[in-house]
Amino acid sequence: MSLDGNLGIRVNGEHRRVPTGLSVAQMVNSLGLDPLRVAVERNLEIVPRSSLSEVCVEDGDDYEIVHFVGGG
Amino acid sequence: MTAQQDIKADTWTVAGRTFSSRLIVGTGKYKSLEENAAAVEASGAEIVTVAVRRVNISDPNQPMLTDFIDPKKVTYLPNTAGCFTAEDAIRTLRLAREAGGWNLVKLEVLGEAKTLYPDMRETLRATGTLVKEGFEPMVYCVDDPIAAKQLEEAGAVAIMPLGAPIGSGLGIQNRVTIRLIVESAGVPVLVDAGVGTASDAAQAMELGCDGVLMNTAIAEAKEPVLMARAMKAAVESGRLAYLAGRMQKRRYADPSSPLAGLI
Repeated sequence: MSLDGNLGIRVNGEHRRVPTGLSVAQMVNSLGLDPLRVAVERNLEIVPRSSLSEVCVEDGDDYEIVHFVGGG
Repeated sequence: MTAQQDIKADTWTVAGRTFSSRLIVGTGKYKSLEENAAAVEASGAEIVTVAVRRVNISDPNQPMLTDFIDPKKVTYLPNTAGCFTAEDAIRTLRLAREAGGWNLVKLEVLGEAKTLYPDMRETLRATGTLVKEGFEPMVYCVDDPIAAKQLEEAGAVAIMPLGAPIGSGLGIQNRVTIRLIVESAGVPVLVDAGVGTASDAAQAMELGCDGVLMNTAIAEAKEPVLMARAMKAAVESGRLAYLAGRMQKRRYADPSSPLAGLI
């Protein structure tokens, strides 16, 4: 954690700074994404949709947020 | 039952889900999502394959596939395209299951980028793990009857041998092995990859396949929506020809008009 009270996390390979005390659902929302339309992996573990609001974002977390795109 | 009723009742079932369309189409390589949706509509497909990729967090308002092709109306079959190890494929499908809530998935584990040929050792390994985790994997594989049998034993709910390399449009290269796989399989067999034009799709169906999966043949046609219609007709024609039972081949001619009463 830095002096400004923000947390440093990685989302899809990019560094982001987010306020402390966010749930994963809030963090996803803050990126402009609908938590119901994506899947979230936190430190290589799936965060089930049902617990997105319960799991807290922690400093150093590494997230993958994915959705469906066209493919063969 | 009349022949007409027979045709209407001609459905196929994979992992307990029954479909009447035997054409599965991909959703990649289209010029636009609109064109993609129109091609899916024209193809009559009830299942589309989709890929799992990172959301664009710098532009979260980009149009989404689900806005154009409704997952409530068309079954989304998440794939593992681009995965070269069992671990990557499994990780991708765990995310897909969370994103969509579906256990029915398409597994492909590729061996190398040049040929996109399946790595069967990794594919078999991934199939075993996925089945243990409750997935129902439809599995892209080599056109090898023994490998197909091993996949079925590992719990694959459908066997999907390539007709030719992915995106090549070369048509079915080995009709003998496709037929051997069809004859010995206890689960649906679908030719996946290699179809270039309508006759290739018809040929797969004439060999007794339960269905055909294609992407590039439609998406890279000059008129994708028209080709989607062609593929729908071809799959239906090939299926009907298979059910009808083709004539035996002869080495020489056999006249169609009677010889008796010839002046």
